[in-house]
Amino acid sequence: MDKWECPCGYVYDPEEGDMDNGIEPGTAWEDLPESWVCPLCGAEQEYFEKVE
Amino acid sequence: MFRPVKIAEGIYSVGCRDWDIRDFHGYSTYEGTSYNAFLVQGEKNILIDTVKSGFGEEMLANIGRIMDPKKIDAVISNHTEMDHSGTIPLVMHKIGEDKPLYCSKMGAKNLKSHYKKDYNYQVVESGETRTLGNRTFTFLETRMLHWPDSMFTYMPDEKILFSSDAFGQHYAGDKLFDDEIGEEIMPHARKYYANILLHFSPRVQALLADVAKMNLDIRMICPDHGIIWRKDPAKIISAYDQWSRQEPAKKALVIFDSMWESTAKMARAITSGIESEAVHVRLMNTRKWHRSDIMTEVLDAGALAVGSPTLNNGIFPVVADVMTYIKGLRPQNKIAAAFGSYGWSGEAVKILNKEFEEMKWDMVSDGVKVLYVPDASDLARCFDLGVTLAKTLKEKLSE
Ligand SMILES: Cc1cc2nc3c(=O)[nH]c(=O)nc-3n(C[C@H](O)[C@H](O)[C@H](O)COP(=O)(O)O)c2cc1C
Ligand SMILES: [Fe+2]
Ligand SMILES: [Fe+2]
Repeated sequence: MDKWECPCGYVYDPEEGDMDNGIEPGTAWEDLPESWVCPLCGAEQEYFEKVE
Repeated sequence: MFRPVKIAEGIYSVGCRDWDIRDFHGYSTYEGTSYNAFLVQGEKNILIDTVKSGFGEEMLANIGRIMDPKKIDAVISNHTEMDHSGTIPLVMHKIGEDKPLYCSKMGAKNLKSHYKKDYNYQVVESGETRTLGNRTFTFLETRMLHWPDSMFTYMPDEKILFSSDAFGQHYAGDKLFDDEIGEEIMPHARKYYANILLHFSPRVQALLADVAKMNLDIRMICPDHGIIWRKDPAKIISAYDQWSRQEPAKKALVIFDSMWESTAKMARAITSGIESEAVHVRLMNTRKWHRSDIMTEVLDAGALAVGSPTLNNGIFPVVADVMTYIKGLRPQNKIAAAFGSYGWSGEAVKILNKEFEEMKWDMVSDGVKVLYVPDASDLARCFDLGVTLAKTLKEKLSE
């Protein structure tokens, strides 16, 4: 599963999810709820870039 | 104090005071500010952070009273914002552009975006320790406190923490240490927290927990603005702990603006209602108070009433300014109510309610709307709204 990086440097790793914000480990980027924003800086998903 | 000021053996504060600045990127600075930079002398001479552009020569002159600035061997950049990195180009030019520039991964990226230079970036990891000459530095990433590049530099032998913007205060004066200034500095530190760090409160909590776990012995905290905490660094750490928990106080704010005094009358009636319940209250007209001063009061206010007349189907622009600003700083644990006078369409209260909802503030009612000029019964409804706000707050605090 792909990782996605926020312009602030935070990397969303599907294997870890984001438990602090109710995202279970194993949640793919595509399956994140629309309301999920960067837990560090608050940027919306459209600002993220796929980590190649 | 005359610069440079020795803060420990071979370590000096070499930064500059900006006595005149009154508007720091939209933050009111009635007592100016300072851009602190620190020189660590040793087998290698290290400069920690620099000053805002325009103050470079003064900083170099401060350094020049101790040693030739050309003898600086490396620079540590804790934060890319231009009040601290603005004279990195001047310093690098002076000491040689091949000299190492230590920063976080995001620091290297952001310094490039600011100065378009490929300096000799030495990217340090969080928790990494580097020995430079006879001095040791440990770096601690503090991402989004308050920029992606932010980090702390800690000197384990001297037990000094260089904390970048965190623990800072916009203050320019002849005093440089907490023991010299005393309690007078706390309102500045509080205002800094409310306006710069509040929205990152969960990260502040996490950072304080990390620092506690690391068992860092901190004898002195040197922020990049204002005074140095040397007598009691635990005081500002525990203040940050308290502010970042965002516990509401028994205090209310009535924030409003008004074109023809109708919303103002409502605001005063609400204020009286709050006072009648013995809850501390402040009435703040958005054209009389700077947004950053309102924000400082929002920090611990448990209840807020926000009022605006309807103007061109919207809220009054200055109220919108203040609300946009408050919203960005994400204050939590508030109870709220909207109010306003209107003439025909009357959208203002609805718009304010929507703002509260988006901020997850608890509304005590749908708010109070009054057609044109309030009469005695309208003002009684406003008074009651104040009472309800105050009572709801007191109940919440007693839970
Ligand atoms: C207090 C503060 C908060 C900021 N918040 C954000 C932010 O949330 N998102 C962002 O992309 N940039 C943010 N920035 C970065 C600025 O947008 C950036 O420094 C920009 O280059 C400033 O442009 P200017 O020189 O026209 O003021 C922030 C800057 C400051 C000083
Ligand atoms: Fe900053
Ligand atoms: Fe700063």
